[in-house]
Amino acid sequence: MNEYFLLLVSTIFVNNFVLVKFLGLCPFMGSSRKLEVATGMALATTFVLTLSSASSYLVNTYILLPLEIEYLRTIAFILVIAAVVNFTEMVVHKTSPMLYQVLGMFLPLITTNCAVLGVALLNVQTGYGFFESVLFGFGAAIGFSLVMILFASIRERLAVADVPEIFQGAPIGLITAGIMAIAFLGFAGLDKGLH
Amino acid sequence: MITGILAFVALASFFGLVLGLSAVIFKVESSPVVDQIDALLPQTQCGQCSFAGCHQYAQAIASGDAPINKCPPGGDNLIQSLADLLDVEALPLDETEAAHSGPIVAVIIEDTCIGCTLCIQACPVDAILGAAKQMHTVIESECTGCELCVAPCPVDCIEMIPIKQTISNWRWPEPQYHTNNQAASTIYTTLDQVLAENTQA
Repeated sequence: MNEYFLLLVSTIFVNNFVLVKFLGLCPFMGSSRKLEVATGMALATTFVLTLSSASSYLVNTYILLPLEIEYLRTIAFILVIAAVVNFTEMVVHKTSPMLYQVLGMFLPLITTNCAVLGVALLNVQTGYGFFESVLFGFGAAIGFSLVMILFASIRERLAVADVPEIFQGAPIGLITAGIMAIAFLGFAGLDKGLH
Repeated sequence: MITGILAFVALASFFGLVLGLSAVIFKVESSPVVDQIDALLPQTQCGQCSFAGCHQYAQAIASGDAPINKCPPGGDNLIQSLADLLDVEALPLDETEAAHSGPIVAVIIEDTCIGCTLCIQACPVDAILGAAKQMHTVIESECTGCELCVAPCPVDCIEMIPIKQTISNWRWPEPQYHTNNQAASTIYTTLDQVLAENTQA
C-alpha cells in the first residue's frame, strides 16, 4: 500500500510530467489561457492517460512480448492508444452527451500528446505490473491536471497584469512556466524522504 | 520480421473492425436539419459568425437563435441556399461582426464628394479637411473610425475601410479578460482611461 502511495506522490510532484520531465508541453502552453478550457483538457487527459497505460500494458505483455516484436513497441502503442481513445469517444458520445461536451473536442487531440506515449513507454522501461502501470498513468495525469489548472489560473491573472511590452503574451507564459518548474524541483527527494 | 507484419495486420484489422462496428452501433442520431445546414456552410471554421465553428452555427440556425446572414465566407450564395432550404426570406449579409474586428478608418471617395461640409461638422476629432464646395479628405492618422461621418453624407461617398497592418502600426495584442471578472475589468477600464488621458495630453 505504502509503495503505491509513494508511486502516486512521486509521479504527481517529484517527477511531474510537465514541469520536471517536460512532456506534454503543447497542451500546457496551448490550452491554458482559460481555466474552463484547461480543466476540460485536464479531465480528458486524466481519462486518456489512465486508459492508455492499461491498454498499452496489455498489448505489450500479451502481444508484443510473446511474439518477440518489442522493437515495434512505439508504433504499436500509438495504434492502440489511438484506437482505444476513438472507441471511447464514440461510446461517450452515445451514452453521455454531457460528458462528451466537456471532453469531446480534446479527446482526439490528446491521442497525439507525447505525455501519453511517454507514460506508456516509461511503464515498460521501468517494468511496472498492471496495477502499477495504471497507477503510474493516473498519477501522471493528476500531476498534469494540477499543473494545468495552476498555470491556467496564473495566466488568467497575468492577462490583466502590467507586463512590460516585450514580455507580453507567450514570453511571460514561458517565464512563468520556468519559475513553476523551478518550484516543482523543490519536491525532489520527497519520495525518498517518505521511505 | 514476418511475425511483426502479420501481428500488425491482425492488430490493425481488429481495431479497424471494432471501430467500424462501433461507429454503426454507437451512431448518434443528430438532427437532420442541422446536418443539412452544416453541409451548406463553407466549413472554414473561421468563427466570423461569432460561433466556435460551422457546426455550432448550424445548430444555432436550426434552433432559431441565429440569423442566416452571419457567414462572410459563404456570402450571398450561401444566404440564398439557406433561405431556400429553410423557406425563409433571404437577408443581406450581416458584416457588422467582421467589420468591427479590426481598426477601421474613414475614406472619402473624392470623385463623388460635393463639398457640403456635413461630414466636417459631424467629425468629433476634426479629422476631415475641406471647405464649402471644395473636395474633402480624411486625415488618416487622426481618424478614430467612429463612423459618425458616414450617416450625414448626402451622397454616400464615405467608406469605412480596415487599416492595413504594417510594421509601423503593429502592436501587441491586448490582454484578454473576462467581462464577468469584476476586479479584472475594473483594472482594465482604469488602464484604458489612463491611456486615453495620456494620448489627449
